[in-house]
Amino acid sequence: MNRITILVNSLKSFTTQNWFSIFLAAGILWLPLPLPEKPPLERHIRIEASTYQFTPEEIHVNAGDRITIELVSTDVIHGLSLDGYSLVMRAEPGQTARATFTADRSGVFRFRCAVPCGNLHPFMIGKMRVGSNIFLIRAAALGLLGIGVAMRIPSTSFRRPDKGPL
Amino acid sequence: MIRMDLSKSPYIAPFLRNRWPQFLIRAVTLAGFIFTILTGLIGSEVGSNNFAVIFVWIAWWSALKLFFIPLGGRSWCSICPIPMPGEWLQNEGIFKPRRFQSSKRKNWPKALRGNWLQAFAFLLIGLFGAVILTSPRVTALILLGLIIVAFILSLIFERRSFCLYLCPIGGFTGLYAKLAPLEVRAKQSVLCAQHGEKTCYQACPWGQYPLALKSSANCGLCMECLRVCPYDNISVNLRPWGEEISKGSKPTLDETFLGLMMLTTALADAAIFLGPWGKLKAAAYWVGTSAWWWFVIAFLLGALFLMPGLYLLAVWSSTRLARSGSTLRSALTYFSPFLLPLGLTGWIAFTISFAFTKFSYILPVLSDPLGWEWNLLGLSGKASVGEISPLSSFLQVVVIAAGMFWAARTARQLSSSHRQVMPLVMFIASFGIAMLWLLVG
Repeated sequence: MNRITILVNSLKSFTTQNWFSIFLAAGILWLPLPLPEKPPLERHIRIEASTYQFTPEEIHVNAGDRITIELVSTDVIHGLSLDGYSLVMRAEPGQTARATFTADRSGVFRFRCAVPCGNLHPFMIGKMRVGSNIFLIRAAALGLLGIGVAMRIPSTSFRRPDKGPL
Repeated sequence: MIRMDLSKSPYIAPFLRNRWPQFLIRAVTLAGFIFTILTGLIGSEVGSNNFAVIFVWIAWWSALKLFFIPLGGRSWCSICPIPMPGEWLQNEGIFKPRRFQSSKRKNWPKALRGNWLQAFAFLLIGLFGAVILTSPRVTALILLGLIIVAFILSLIFERRSFCLYLCPIGGFTGLYAKLAPLEVRAKQSVLCAQHGEKTCYQACPWGQYPLALKSSANCGLCMECLRVCPYDNISVNLRPWGEEISKGSKPTLDETFLGLMMLTTALADAAIFLGPWGKLKAAAYWVGTSAWWWFVIAFLLGALFLMPGLYLLAVWSSTRLARSGSTLRSALTYFSPFLLPLGLTGWIAFTISFAFTKFSYILPVLSDPLGWEWNLLGLSGKASVGEISPLSSFLQVVVIAAGMFWAARTARQLSSSHRQVMPLVMFIASFGIAMLWLLVG
């Protein structure tokens, strides 16, 4: 039999045996979760940037919050670039930079130093969590589902070492 | 089982059998290696502006984990420049295979065989990772040190002793090569048995005898056996991923330890480089400070006691639940194959975050490799800050979930019952969720 046919047949057989798990995996990843959300607020957040570190390193806000970030550099020039929000700031030492935006996307977003400040600059990172981190819950559930599926699959080709099962 | 012998392909076989293509690639990698050492030593001290840091730790290190190992196992070793000068000296020529029984060099000491030294070398790279991965000078000195040590060892010891027993990257690639879809094997054992000269073994820089090869961990895919076999009895097979661990490989205690070191360093690197903890980054970076000593203590406790301790607890519980009479030592190695898919997928997911955000640094350092404000290609200063896209996060989740599935499946197949596999599954779930939390949490 052609190798591609064998591969297609194995995939078909896997899909037939695990259609429910595949359906469940799709549900875990994409079904909307109706979690209660707090009302949006107006927030002023001061972030201090020093060599390789943002303080606070993690920020938690609600979805829809109107946020003003005050970036203060305490040593050399630093910046702040927020993943997913196209927000870029630059702070000279001793001067405060301000930017306002609405946290209209839920999830966890990294913010990074936007101005080269030394060897660890590419890894100067902070975290902003908007609402609940549903993505992490979905990810963990998907991993556990993977383990569950692995427990169900019968072993057909596995050859144990000579000692046999322990 | 699906298999395809690449040495029969009219398109691929000439590239495998002829020494020229491999030599040309090796010449390029050697030139790149020397250039990297020079840029690291004389170029800018800022890592993100220097070719050495960006090409070694962003381009090459990512290519190794995303391309070379998952698709070709130890394929990088076949073009690695580090053992080249020593090997050419051993062979007394660039295009010659190893001379038969000519070597007066020593065998590597038995007490130092296995993956122990590689595991500790990799542990050192993890311990000093924040400095090594960001400092051009340190990167250059490490590369220089590796090529000098490899050369000296090739003068004293047989074949590729450095690659087999000392090279930390060799330990990493060798371990995960067991999962890769590429292998070199003898076709007909009877032909090998009748062949008195064993030209394949004589020519192998790795000291492997293809007829006895059960694992791809120590096969560098150099293709010398294919070239010197007078009976055309060597095949280069494409095989299903992970087939080797599902065929009942016999892991050793040193491989188990190496597998655990890889899990620890993947977690540690994800926390240091991708986490938001500035104090941890500073502690890992400022070598010699009191914070650094606390970091060393925590790192070593995690690597040498916590991770092995958790694994030991899982295996011990597993054997107790199965009321097995086997020794703990044999159980530790017996169950260890499940560490491989867990570790490899953990490293791949880490690389997606680590490298994807930094790819924009690659073209600018080609334009200004030394960080001296040159603009050879008109691309200097074009590096963006980079960000993790939703697609990258999704990929990371899928990769980790696939690793949890693969590891759990391997553990299940090694166990005699669902009851026995439960502690192992808890170990797998803990590692997987910890990685997810560090990467997308």
